Amino acid sequence: MSLAWLGVVPFFSFAALFLLLPTAYLVVGAFQDNDGHFTLANLAGLAEPGIVSAYAISLEVSAASAILGSAFGFLLAWAVVLGGLPAWLRPMLLTFSGVASNFAGLPLAFAFIATLGRTGLVTTILQSVFGFRLYGTGFNILSFSGLTLTYLYFQIPLMVLILTPALDGLKTEWREAATILGASPFGYWRHVVMPILWPSLLGTTLLLFANSFGAIATAYGLTGSTLNLVTILLYAQIRGDVLHNPHLGYALALGMVVITGVSNALYIALRTRHERWIR
Amino acid sequence: MKRPRFGAWLAFAVGVAYFAIPLIGTVEFSLRIRRGTYSLDAYGNVLSDPAFWNTFGFSASAAVATIVAGTLLVVPTAYWIRLRLPGLRPYVEFITLMPLIIPAIVLVFGYLRLYNSSSWLPMTGAPWSTDVLMVAGYVVLALPYLYRAVDTGMRSIDVRSLTEAAESLGAARSTILFRVIFPNVRTAVLSGAFLTFAIVIGEFTLASLLDRPAFGPYLQLVGANRAYEPSALAFIAFAVTWACMGLIQLFARDPAARSVKV
Repeated sequence: MSLAWLGVVPFFSFAALFLLLPTAYLVVGAFQDNDGHFTLANLAGLAEPGIVSAYAISLEVSAASAILGSAFGFLLAWAVVLGGLPAWLRPMLLTFSGVASNFAGLPLAFAFIATLGRTGLVTTILQSVFGFRLYGTGFNILSFSGLTLTYLYFQIPLMVLILTPALDGLKTEWREAATILGASPFGYWRHVVMPILWPSLLGTTLLLFANSFGAIATAYGLTGSTLNLVTILLYAQIRGDVLHNPHLGYALALGMVVITGVSNALYIALRTRHERWIR
Repeated sequence: MKRPRFGAWLAFAVGVAYFAIPLIGTVEFSLRIRRGTYSLDAYGNVLSDPAFWNTFGFSASAAVATIVAGTLLVVPTAYWIRLRLPGLRPYVEFITLMPLIIPAIVLVFGYLRLYNSSSWLPMTGAPWSTDVLMVAGYVVLALPYLYRAVDTGMRSIDVRSLTEAAESLGAARSTILFRVIFPNVRTAVLSGAFLTFAIVIGEFTLASLLDRPAFGPYLQLVGANRAYEPSALAFIAFAVTWACMGLIQLFARDPAARSVKV
């Protein structure tokens, strides 16, 4: 054996120092008490009502924005690929999706405050033109529904970007074959398209889920710390140990990694399944 | 092709409305700073604020440093894996995907525990070493995109033949890497680079928790204290993101890079 392995030493040392060791430190810390002894007390501590509700709100917002984002992203991708819209709309939508899927964080929060905040454009137009008081309905941009609506701004484009190639992969021959065999358009979708697309649809939904679960800046910009998301709780914990127990903070981080890890692992598994068809 | 369907137009129209209205709202709001009339004063306030230029410059430098460091790390590794160590490919790929699993806030939490000023490697002890730590974190965040872009770029060239040709002409390893391999994956590296720039320029979590004077924390500060300037900043940020994506499209027109998906 030669010294070929030396060529990858920089990469693996970098990964160890700045990715693996820091994560491992938190994971190990989650199972230790203040004296360094093994304990499961930190994981049990996650059952505190404040922490459970933080996880619950994060899961709800992520699930809602992932499901709505993939449903609407699918409709948009379908409209430009198969809906018979003029061909020039397609590159336009894809370019815009590339921009919007990366337009996140604080600027996105500012944009939605300017639009749907108490004095935002839509709020004032609804009030002055239609006499409709948006904030009279209990809606608030600094809330679950407001945050979900905001997250959709990067979730929908991400779905469009990932799903467009998948829809392109549906071969015309399949539709023709199905039609010749007497399938109705509904039958074609039910028995041909969906069995091929569902792994990709579900997988991308999981990716969107993990995408919003780990997000913090948009929520922080929108709600400050009024909405108790798990990322915002962790941010406060890192800043000032609000849980009064550093090791509970590690457990909080571990819980997040487990959730995003599971959804990403399922995504990768489903994508592999889908790639068998799209050759 | 069939007649456009009503449903497709409806979906598209709703999409256009959903994506256009917040942009219009942002622009409209950013012009409202003077009572009763539209003006560009909010933009004037932002652009005349030295903190805007200082933080933007700081984040832009961090983005450039991330791109340079990331490229120097990823290109030789991807090359070497293709040429000599294909067996390690699954491990390298797994590591480059890990940042998608580990949220940035968890990553920086680990950094603060592992590299705080009383640890074995006190990187947060001085501003310059904290900057190094932050850029290292950005390289980690950019790894999934950068590695995939470069690896896809290398798939379209024959790494082995190029290397053998260069070797038989007497080129040294470094010459092969910098004069043969780099130019061939240039477009892939560039599209990864612009995406990295778009991600790093407004990044909030790492910069804020490492306490660096970056653009993300500045945005947060303005957002918490001003009414109209944040929308002006949001519009500027949208323009920067648009410019980065436009540059990617421009370079992706090069046929060698067409297969690059980031």
